[in-house]
Amino acid sequence: MSVHVKTTINGDHVEFVCPADEPLLDVLRNRLGLTGAKEGCGTGDCGACSVILDGRLVCSCLVLGAELNGKSLETIEGMAEGGKLHPLQQQFIDHAALQCGVCTPGFLIAAKALLRKNPDPSEEEIRFGLAGNLCRCTGYDKIVRAVQAAAKEMRT
Amino acid sequence: MGYESDIVERKFKVIGTRVKRPDGIDKVTGRARYGADTSAPGQLVALVLRSPHAHAVIKKIDTSVAEKLPGVKAVITSADFPDLTNGDRTMRDILENCMARKKALYDGHAVAAVAAIDASTARAALKLIKVDYQVLPHVVEVDDALKSDAPLLHDDIFTEGISPTPTKPSNFNKQAEYGHGDLDEGFRQADVIVARSFKTEQTHQGYIEPHACLASVSPDGMAELWVCTQGHFVYRNQCATLLGLDANKLRVTSSEIGGGFGGKTHIWAEPLALALSRKANRPVKLTMTRDEVFRCTGPTSSTSIDVKIGAKKDGTITAAFAELRYHGGAFPANWAEFGAMTAFACYDLKNVKTISKDCVVNRPKTAAYRAPSAPMAAFAVENTVDELAKKIGMDVIDFRIKNAAKEGTKSSYGPVYGPIGIGPTLHAAKHHPHMSAPLGKNTGRGMACGFWFNFGGQTCVDVNVTPDGNATVAVGTIDVGGSRASIAMAVAEELGVGFDNVRCVVADTSTLGHNDMTDGSRGTFSSSMAAIFAARKAIEVLRDRAAKTWEINVADVEWIDGAAHAKGAGHGNLKPLTLKELAETAANTGGPVAGHSEIVADGAGVSFATHLVDVETDPETGRSVIKRYTVIQDAGKAIHPSYVEGQYQGGAAQGIGWALNEEYVYGKNGRLQNAGFLDYRIPVCSDLPFIDTQILEIPNPHHPYGVRGVGETSIVPPLAAISIAVTNATGVRHTHVPLSPPRVLAALKAAPKA
Repeated sequence: MSVHVKTTINGDHVEFVCPADEPLLDVLRNRLGLTGAKEGCGTGDCGACSVILDGRLVCSCLVLGAELNGKSLETIEGMAEGGKLHPLQQQFIDHAALQCGVCTPGFLIAAKALLRKNPDPSEEEIRFGLAGNLCRCTGYDKIVRAVQAAAKEMRT
Repeated sequence: MGYESDIVERKFKVIGTRVKRPDGIDKVTGRARYGADTSAPGQLVALVLRSPHAHAVIKKIDTSVAEKLPGVKAVITSADFPDLTNGDRTMRDILENCMARKKALYDGHAVAAVAAIDASTARAALKLIKVDYQVLPHVVEVDDALKSDAPLLHDDIFTEGISPTPTKPSNFNKQAEYGHGDLDEGFRQADVIVARSFKTEQTHQGYIEPHACLASVSPDGMAELWVCTQGHFVYRNQCATLLGLDANKLRVTSSEIGGGFGGKTHIWAEPLALALSRKANRPVKLTMTRDEVFRCTGPTSSTSIDVKIGAKKDGTITAAFAELRYHGGAFPANWAEFGAMTAFACYDLKNVKTISKDCVVNRPKTAAYRAPSAPMAAFAVENTVDELAKKIGMDVIDFRIKNAAKEGTKSSYGPVYGPIGIGPTLHAAKHHPHMSAPLGKNTGRGMACGFWFNFGGQTCVDVNVTPDGNATVAVGTIDVGGSRASIAMAVAEELGVGFDNVRCVVADTSTLGHNDMTDGSRGTFSSSMAAIFAARKAIEVLRDRAAKTWEINVADVEWIDGAAHAKGAGHGNLKPLTLKELAETAANTGGPVAGHSEIVADGAGVSFATHLVDVETDPETGRSVIKRYTVIQDAGKAIHPSYVEGQYQGGAAQGIGWALNEEYVYGKNGRLQNAGFLDYRIPVCSDLPFIDTQILEIPNPHHPYGVRGVGETSIVPPLAAISIAVTNATGVRHTHVPLSPPRVLAALKAAPKA
């Protein structure tokens, strides 16, 4: 069975048809060409597919595409505004907070959701706030520093 | 021939700065394309059927029903892969690992694959393939596999390195010995001797991006492969061999790579995608699941190691011995031999001997994992060194400084060292504020040293000057941690232009000569060396063009700060010609300006590190938490210090996971019990503190800028340093990693009450 979904993605009105049992991640990657969300595990353990659904941080591999109907989605592709990077994106580059970069979209989305809820997080709050996202390259050191710098920049 | 550097004292303008990476914006906006991020018109989806048994004869595979399912375009088994390896055992093992032939040798071994119009059809087709297995007894532990009555994996393995060669096949594929001096005499001279046995469990590289590729083979033999890999030239050569393709017709393009750490150094499922594409005459996309990544790719060996070291009361080590037993998974490898070579590499020893025993077990074929084999050897040796120093009553750092290898030391694995960094890292550790910081309750401090060889190898780089006076650099080594930035920095430094004037890309296999893969910490070391030589050749061309323009002798032209300068009396009125001016007039002075370099990058300088760590261990739960961590390592010359720090931190974090959490857990049936990130737990952000780094620069005389590989050594000391810290926190020596809470509690319970 297929479903017809009308939704908003990164501010744009989007319609698509997908099987009722198709994960949102597959819809984004295979139907809509939004490959910024990555599949690292498919079981909600790595956070590489993180998106913000109606203001809530979710793993898009654990949500069905059909659930998007009438809702609003934020993905990594909508994080920069035109040519201007989001402060988190810029600080990730400035702090060398990425190496291979495959976890980076998920971290940026998770960090954006975290700072929205808590604009002035402690180091511990950042570490626990990002504990659902796996990075194997950096040891998280430069990621935490980049988030701290972005939070400071966004408060001023 | 190694290159002898003459400019290690050079004042750099670009090298050593922290420029912004050229792939940064693509990676923070989701635009960067990884293995699974590309598609082709008419592509099919491939899925692989894998053995549920650890060891079984494949009596029959019936694919007829699956083939008839609407939407299925191709089904393949080992029958589609005739053995074209021509007696090359390594390639034959890779072939058999990609697709099981007569036997399934581990849980997850591929037995068939399908290509269908979509994933759900492919899934349905897999269920329709009937495999008739005869299950055999299996073996997964190293010491069990080496027993004479162990279940036999291969009937054609006869232990290499033992004289006479055994006539009976076994799982024990290779023995090797390293060392020098008189071990018995050394132990006779010792006042104190410590002997211990150690075990380490199997871990996975844990890259976040699963293996993925898109293959397209045409009936005329032209083929394209888009793939995440650490070595696209190696993938091309291996796939061409196994499929009988001409290497020149198989064009491999490397995607961005979402981590590799050694796990993407040889082919796994790529030949299956190519064979399916050839059979279906359609492009085929194959993406592994995380379950598949754990069950059938990459892990490192589990090990069992015995160490015995003797020393005099004054702290001089008189004799050192180790026997190291590692497995290669289901196929023969020589990982124990690497362990035997690295085990005592940090020390200056008169009498030393190591014996390696490599074997096969019913686990996935192992691959390199960051400084492969060295962390386990260092775990065993450094714990023994720690215990010995304490028995003698000497400070553990002073004891190591007294015995540290130095320039001129004959290493335990043979070569004589040039200038090296083990002594300087130990002195830096001794004076580091971390060493004198107070410790909290239930907290212990550990320190340990580590070594890695570093590799060089075949490397090929093109530097092209564009008509507007900028430069492009084409390299053939995959960028796993920022090497495009680092190599562009080296070319900018040579040409005397800004970093923004140079763009470095990874070329595909049809546009550049063969390059070895990015392994052995060689990517930045060898490609920066080749890029520097290529840039110097381009400068020769530019000087020649300036000489022609000025109608003077080329010997009178110097290249300074991005421009040709005429030197000597009589040329004083000639205004320098910039790179931009020379590029713009190139069409009239001889055509495009370029420099090329093809080298075997010999002389990768060996690398040493010392790590310090504070660990709090809860005596009631056995849980250990890293409170503070410091990495001190020699980089030779840090081209981009942020990326060097990143390598130090990333290696330490992987070592922390290995030391405390990560391990393959097998059931009695030989099936992997924890093939997912929930149950195979790698460190998360809240598990770690900031990881402090100190970069030392002891120039490598064989690189024009003094660069050494930096990527791997940082994973070598953590297992040792952390276990020593837990030993100091709990008062009990811990000899089996990972130090998971149950294992620590068991060790505490078994220990005699103090």
